[in-house]
Amino acid sequence: MSPRQPIPFKMYLFCPPSPVKFYDAAAAACSRSLKMATSSERSPPPFPESEDQEPDPDPADGDSDEGEDIFTGNSKPAEIKAERHQPPVDVTAKLQRDIPSSDPLGDLDGSGANKKPARDGRQADLFTEPRSDIFSEEAAARPARPGPASGSNANSSSKSNGIHSDEEQDIFAEATVELSLDSPHSERKETPKPVTSTESSVAVQPSAPKTALKTMAELEEEESEDKFELNISITNPEKVGDGMNAYMAYQVSTQTSLPMFRSKSFTVKRRFSDFLGLYEKLSEKHAQNGYIVPPPPEKSILGMTKVKVGKEDPSSAEFVERRRAALERYLQRVVAHPSLLQDPDVREFLERDELPRAVNTQALSGAGFLKMINRATDAVSKMTIKMNESDIWFEEKLQEVESEDQQLRKLHGVVESLVNHRKDLSINTAVFAKSVAMLGSSEDNTALSRALSQLAEVEDRMEQLHQEQASSDFFVFAELLADYIRLLGGVRGCFDQRMKTWQRWQDAQVTLQKKRENEARLLWANKPDKLQQAKEEIAEWENKVTQYEADFERISTTVRKEVLRFEKEKARDFKNQIMKYLESLLHSQQQLIKYWEAFLPEAKAIA
Amino acid sequence: MVVSVSEMMDDAPEVSVSGFNLSVSSIKVTEAIKKENSLVFVVGAQEFPSKKQHFVDRKFEDFEWLQQCLLMPDGIPGLQGIIFPPLPAKPCAFQSNTQEKMIKQLGLLGLDDDWKTYCMALEMYLQLVVSHTTLGKNQVLRSFFTQTQGPGGQAGRKGILNRLSQALEEIKKENHQDVDEFFRNERASNSSLVRLTKATTERLIAVVRTQQNIALACGHFSTTLHLGVGPDEDPAAKTFSKLSLKLSEIIIIVKKNFECVAENNLNILGLGLDLVSRYEESEKEMLFRRTCKLVELEQNSKNLEKAKPAKKANMEEIKKASEKEFRHISDIARLEIQKLHRVRVEVFQQCLTSWCEKQLHAARETSSILSQHLRAFKQLDSTE
Repeated sequence: MSPRQPIPFKMYLFCPPSPVKFYDAAAAACSRSLKMATSSERSPPPFPESEDQEPDPDPADGDSDEGEDIFTGNSKPAEIKAERHQPPVDVTAKLQRDIPSSDPLGDLDGSGANKKPARDGRQADLFTEPRSDIFSEEAAARPARPGPASGSNANSSSKSNGIHSDEEQDIFAEATVELSLDSPHSERKETPKPVTSTESSVAVQPSAPKTALKTMAELEEEESEDKFELNISITNPEKVGDGMNAYMAYQVSTQTSLPMFRSKSFTVKRRFSDFLGLYEKLSEKHAQNGYIVPPPPEKSILGMTKVKVGKEDPSSAEFVERRRAALERYLQRVVAHPSLLQDPDVREFLERDELPRAVNTQALSGAGFLKMINRATDAVSKMTIKMNESDIWFEEKLQEVESEDQQLRKLHGVVESLVNHRKDLSINTAVFAKSVAMLGSSEDNTALSRALSQLAEVEDRMEQLHQEQASSDFFVFAELLADYIRLLGGVRGCFDQRMKTWQRWQDAQVTLQKKRENEARLLWANKPDKLQQAKEEIAEWENKVTQYEADFERISTTVRKEVLRFEKEKARDFKNQIMKYLESLLHSQQQLIKYWEAFLPEAKAIA
Repeated sequence: MVVSVSEMMDDAPEVSVSGFNLSVSSIKVTEAIKKENSLVFVVGAQEFPSKKQHFVDRKFEDFEWLQQCLLMPDGIPGLQGIIFPPLPAKPCAFQSNTQEKMIKQLGLLGLDDDWKTYCMALEMYLQLVVSHTTLGKNQVLRSFFTQTQGPGGQAGRKGILNRLSQALEEIKKENHQDVDEFFRNERASNSSLVRLTKATTERLIAVVRTQQNIALACGHFSTTLHLGVGPDEDPAAKTFSKLSLKLSEIIIIVKKNFECVAENNLNILGLGLDLVSRYEESEKEMLFRRTCKLVELEQNSKNLEKAKPAKKANMEEIKKASEKEFRHISDIARLEIQKLHRVRVEVFQQCLTSWCEKQLHAARETSSILSQHLRAFKQLDSTE
């Protein structure tokens, strides 16, 4: 696989947090020309708005691969050239969409610069001084060129390649890698961004309001084209320790081609409280911005106690398996979320060998109680906030969420009863099989005796089938429904956050009003010394009001996007599960056919 | 009729009852009608060779009367050696009919709410009676099949088969040592078979009930899915609704499959097992009768030995009579037992084969419907 952006990727050598969707970012960056590449549109939040523009985190397959290739191959320009000739299709497509004139490489040689909008102008700069942001832009552009032009324009390719290699080498020389990181990665937010503070030259980033709305459609298209290159599996639950201090350690294996990780595949051991700790951290950071943070599986004191005590019975094995699957799904959802994937905590969770024990996740700890109290106060305050909803969309959505929650709960109950009946059937079939076997062995007639034993065997196999089908029902549907009931809680949570933000804005407005009144009073009372202070306060609160209003707008947009994304994911999830269920049903029936076909001659042979 | 009685019996399909011949295969108990407080069964039969059809309404009491009449005639030697075709248990009163009660009373036959299975059992009973060499000659059959007015109501007469007469002495007699090895073995094997077959039937009942429950649960699942689908405007919700409906369809398929499987289990395998089980009980009763006779004979022999010369001749008569009777019974019993063994095997063969074929057919049908759905679903997937 050829790297599309050799130069920026090299930077990964120096700065671990790599932009996930580099190419998308690059493409988007190209379209947004100068506006892109602002990691600091809003300084503190780890995931700046710009990221919102691209909810889907799916890095194109090519990305990581190419990153890797770049690492190995970037020392040879020729190789790079070869590699560059295969830019990922989507980026190419995007770039070609964005770029009015999809000129072949020839344009890159400076002359083409004129044809392009602002970027070209910057490209000229690029050739003179390796400004990383432009670099990335150009780099983004270049792969597009080489792509279509690879066949025909060997010359220009080599030229551009040459330029590239120059750039590369220059970049290499520079330690200021973050620059290029920033520009294409306006969408991708990494916390190591603070490192980029060195790049004052990166001031090219205009702190323009996100052009998210403008390019949202594009982004959504991009998202649908991207493929996800990160596989997580949780395996091998092992009991560690003894007695009441024992716990289950799960092996979390990641396979990825994303460059932001240290290696392609790695495994760590985690315990349940680690997962809970991850959720706590993510929730603290992102829930307030309106993101839907997937909730982890529930604690189960009873289940775990059985395991700890060491009961080796099928119910505790079932419990462990259920938990393992739930944890796996949980992690998969977390990394499927574009913004959450960027969070270093997530990366740390997946990569780091030893995690500090998350103690405040224990059910009966002090922190646990604190959390309960916080939640209670939240609930109370939620009830007292009466929001003037200006956007009907939110109100409707919230109602939908409520009714959906009810529906899912009903479905879950029904599915659970179905699962139980299937389990019963499995047990009853086994008992029946035994009876038939006994009958067969007391039978004098040999053929009949044999037929009855065969029948017993058939019934035994059917018992197995029923068991499998029950477990399929369970894992395909019951757990899915339970997951979504929990997720809906997260959705409600982000609506609540939005309400809180609104409230904060309203409160600020009220305070501002009070300050203004105060100022008027002071004016009237003619107290000039306090007046100054009052004016300052007014200014301060005016700023706050503006900021909170902007916050509210921002969170509203985020919530909207998140909900849309959630619904898409939900539809996709359910579709996949239905497919799986159909396949398992079909498989069962086909097995049954085999069994009956095998039994029929035996039955006929009775004489 | 799954189990073909006429094929099982060596006897000619048509039985001659002094001019009144019935075609065994034409005997049908078509339905059970609930009239007032009891069930009325419609019994149909066709005469041979006149092809005259008879349809009469019979209540269960009429069947009971028939059974008792069959045991009455004294003129037939060794009548007690016959293994009588088993009559299903009496259906319970209506008002308080729960499935639990029905099953307790009727065993497997109580699983079917429509009484279809029960009718089939009655039908088999009639066919077995009519096709029996000895029993089929009984005159009462004529009135049973032709008289409009049901002969029942005379159930007060106690027949030999009346189970109410079982008393403690029977238990003693049951374990009485037998003189004949054949019968000794038969009694032992019969007693274990009775037990095992009954247990198997009960387990099958549990399986069928669970399958019926699963079908019900699938119905609930599908209904709930339907109820959750409302008018949606935005595309994501629409997709989800479509998926819900699709899943609902699939669950209905599963439901129908289970209903079919349960029905096959009940009406084919279940019926066969039930018949075998009741036949074995009937055999047990026959063997018991014979044992009673044996006890009587031995008693008579003892009496004869102890008897004073004056009464000796009398005792001798009695002893000879009972000996003769006992011999008759044993002879008939031997034949009947051998027939029963054969019948058992045939019943199993027929019903297992038929059952397997039906289940195979059901599985194939369901499988093809499911793969159709899967294909359609995959296409849907790729186009969306």
